[in-house]
Amino acid sequence: MAHQERLNQGEFLLWTGLGIASFVGFWYLSVLLGVVPRQFLPAPHEVLLRFIRLINEPFSGYTLLAHIASSFQRFLSGFVLAVVIGIPLGLLMALSRFANQIITPFFESIRFVAPIAWVPFAALWFGTGIGGPVLVIFMGAFPPVLINTYRGAIHVDKKYLEAAKMLGAGKLRLMTEVLFPAAIPSIIAGLRISAGLGWQSLVGAELIVASSGVGYMMVKGQASIQTDIVMSGMIAIGLIGLLIDVLLRQAEKFAVHYKEI
Amino acid sequence: MQGYGNGKLYQHVLQSMMLVTTGFLVSSSLGILLGILMGANKRIEAFVNPIFLTLRPIPPLAWIPLAIVWLGLGNSAKVMVIYVAAFVPAVINSFTGVRSIEVPQREAAAMLGISRFAYYREVLIPGALPLIFTGLRLSLQASWTTLVAAELVGATLGLGSILNQAAQDINPAMILVGMISVAISGWLMTQILAKAEQYAMPWRA
Repeated sequence: MAHQERLNQGEFLLWTGLGIASFVGFWYLSVLLGVVPRQFLPAPHEVLLRFIRLINEPFSGYTLLAHIASSFQRFLSGFVLAVVIGIPLGLLMALSRFANQIITPFFESIRFVAPIAWVPFAALWFGTGIGGPVLVIFMGAFPPVLINTYRGAIHVDKKYLEAAKMLGAGKLRLMTEVLFPAAIPSIIAGLRISAGLGWQSLVGAELIVASSGVGYMMVKGQASIQTDIVMSGMIAIGLIGLLIDVLLRQAEKFAVHYKEI
Repeated sequence: MQGYGNGKLYQHVLQSMMLVTTGFLVSSSLGILLGILMGANKRIEAFVNPIFLTLRPIPPLAWIPLAIVWLGLGNSAKVMVIYVAAFVPAVINSFTGVRSIEVPQREAAAMLGISRFAYYREVLIPGALPLIFTGLRLSLQASWTTLVAAELVGATLGLGSILNQAAQDINPAMILVGMISVAISGWLMTQILAKAEQYAMPWRA
């Protein structure tokens, strides 16, 4: 019995279809039977309709698209900041033991603080506009970039570094022309993790310190007990997270290809 | 000794750690069970996968408002959020763990006429164990982050509530105390899990 039977395509479709049908069916059933009040559990199509309506109709100040735009802008700022600081710092740590010894203890102690725990300071220092959430995203996205850059760069074959040094390359050129290209695949793998964490942290930050954005929209929906709005927010967040991941996965494929050249 | 925000520091720490432990244990054990079943049986995989793939991109933190609408600001909403956070990594990793067992190993077991129960106990579970523990570590981390966030959004007791209170009182010293407590408690639970890992897989130590 222990062998893994293979499903033929028909059987696979059957079970997949059954899975989806029972999920949606169960949802509709609990709505129709009134297990929970409609206000707390709207039917699937009601959520979808609300989602579509939100695209044009403003809720808590903005339309869904505007909320998404402001979330995405924050995400991008925090993520780019993490990349711009994380990659050079990781390369520097790989090149210089001195820098490594200074940065590591500092970094290790900060890393254990959950990004979301920075929310109070973020609010205090930078307010609820762009700055506060960006700090939280940065705290989520920074560690994977730094760690992966560093790991990618220390595994560079020593002979390349020595050859470059012998040919008279300075520290800066060692970093940009030897370590960086060699670490690219590892860096991009890190970017994927860091984008995921950054996006997550953003959602958390917007639940608490923001005056716009998808997270903020959800909190407002929660406060007025409009479950369909909360669920629409979840769909939007899921879709954008998926989109970011797909884009970076393409970049990863490209980077693997690049390494093979 | 004076408390802050409805309780003393150790009460906040205990409250948060207790919630995480409860949610994490329940959720990850069910998650591992589902993951192993999905790994062992293609029908179950085909059945569960579409639901799982739809819900998976939604970060656990995005469940917080829904949990509050459904269950209010008490403990049950926090447990729900932790449950969601811990479930996904547990399922994915135990599923991948089962699938990573090599075919010859499975076939050898089948050829030797192993019973279904022994097959699970002696082939599938030990083979998947390293990845299951990877999943548990991710689950624990996610649970902890999510709980702190949920407590920040609304709670009367717990480390997140200290952070929230301190932010409102503009009390940076207390914010720092909260952050350090979050870090130390998180670290402590990771250490306990690492010990459990060594105990469960003596052959890897």
